[in-house]
Amino acid sequence: MQTNPYPIPSKTELVAGSQKSSKPKRKSDQIEKAVEIIFFLIGMICVALVLLISIYLIAAGLPAIQKIGLIPFLTGTTWKPGAAVPEFGILPFILSSVYGMAGALIVGVPIGILAALYLAKGAKGKTKKVLSALIQLLAGIPSVVYGLVGMLVIVPAVRSIFHLSDGACLFSAIIVLSIMILPTVISMSLGAIESLPKAQEEGSLALGATSEETLIKVVLPAASDGIAAAVVLGAGRVIGEAVAVMMVAGNASNMPGLFESVRFLTTAVSSEMSYASGLQLQALFSIALVLFAFIMMLNVLLNHILKGKKGAC
Amino acid sequence: MLTARNANYDSGCIHVENLNLWYSESHALKDICLNVPRGSITALIGPSGCGKSTFLRTLNRMHDQNELVRIEGDVRYQNQNIFDPHIDVSALRKEIGMVFQTPNPFKMSIYDNVAYGPKIQGIRKREQLDSIVIQALKDAFLYDEVADRLDQSASALSGGQKQRLCIARALAANPKVILMDEPTSALDPVSTHKVEELILSLKEKYTIVIVTHNMQQAARISDYTAFFLNGSLVEFSRTKEMFENAKDERTQNYISGRFG
Repeated sequence: MQTNPYPIPSKTELVAGSQKSSKPKRKSDQIEKAVEIIFFLIGMICVALVLLISIYLIAAGLPAIQKIGLIPFLTGTTWKPGAAVPEFGILPFILSSVYGMAGALIVGVPIGILAALYLAKGAKGKTKKVLSALIQLLAGIPSVVYGLVGMLVIVPAVRSIFHLSDGACLFSAIIVLSIMILPTVISMSLGAIESLPKAQEEGSLALGATSEETLIKVVLPAASDGIAAAVVLGAGRVIGEAVAVMMVAGNASNMPGLFESVRFLTTAVSSEMSYASGLQLQALFSIALVLFAFIMMLNVLLNHILKGKKGAC
Repeated sequence: MLTARNANYDSGCIHVENLNLWYSESHALKDICLNVPRGSITALIGPSGCGKSTFLRTLNRMHDQNELVRIEGDVRYQNQNIFDPHIDVSALRKEIGMVFQTPNPFKMSIYDNVAYGPKIQGIRKREQLDSIVIQALKDAFLYDEVADRLDQSASALSGGQKQRLCIARALAANPKVILMDEPTSALDPVSTHKVEELILSLKEKYTIVIVTHNMQQAARISDYTAFFLNGSLVEFSRTKEMFENAKDERTQNYISGRFG
């Protein structure tokens, strides 16, 4: 190797130079070290809690699945824990949760995105402030209140509109859930839309596109990552919601139909937890484990989608 | 100053008369009168904040979005005042394209970026779009570099490539005039050189108005130069004349680097 005609100072030289001006162990260094350790510990506690919950759920949920058998448990269509020959099939709960989630997203996401677009581009000044505040308020309403309103307003309305004997059904649950995810979808989409560089919009306008064309063809696709995240959070809220669903969905373990009384995974756990024992109690833990697996899958799937997206320009 | 009124309104010419612009209270453009010659490159130079970008953005009504901006005066394009309330702004912007300071390709594939303008104009046939896209990319000296990855995201391109893509995108909309707002200020010297060559090659087919903070660039590529200072147009003449023998003392000072 030839010698370098323009030698750059080696690392040790640079460090030696900087150490001249500062004494070796200063007090602030020690404080920094201590703070670092504290933060590390707090971080580890959070991770440990997640791990503990996962391990506990798996440990508590597996025995019943072993006794019942994974396939009969997941694909059985009858849930009769108290019968002479008890049956533990949770397919009705799984499907109800999935249909409920899909329905709430189909109804809630478009409304939420359009509302976010309106707030970002249409609403001005005071209107925008008031509307944003109201939407934040919507996020703060406890789910039992949503359930109550659903019970008193939506369930009777669904019954009379569709001429049902009872309005407490999957459809009512979807309506209530889609309202419940609105604040999440709106505020996250709004954040994503407002954080876009103005240059993208201007580029589209300068090509002769109208503001509507620009919104649909440029702004929405560019904000799609944030909107996808909003959809995941909304889906998580729907899958995990128990109280409001229990109050409006009828809570019978039927196979789901739009106007059938149904029970979600969450409500299946909560409605029998207070009196269950033995294999039934173990099976409830198994249901919780399935719910947990669902949410994990949702997260992994969406992380994957977000990572697969190409970066911003 | 009244020459514009008597001039022959050829297509591709922009005639500006007594243009005034305010950002709320501040008077950003003062009584600008200027004829943009057709089929040539006109450079707008001047120190930061002199109003050259503001002026450029009035020419395709990009201030429409900003409620704080108030405009008075005439900007005539194809014998029509572009501020006429009956004018179709979209149609105007299809005729007068724009390239921005920071490359701003859309978050789509290279192909879709270039096809955006033609699609907005209602062109749907795949073969027709293909030929427009390929021609625009060729005209922007970019085709050879991206021919094998037209369906890939534009975000993978380098800064210089992105800017040439933005120029291709503007060309694909089939404009007659192209406005460029400091198109090379975010680029390295090599990319700048490529974009300058590209701009020169476009002169035959398009009228180009380019804002630049770089006087050497104005001298290298433009046919006409307008010098702005504090919102006023100080001098407008052939670039060669201005750089060799500026009439106004302020222009001389600026060009010789005494301020700005």
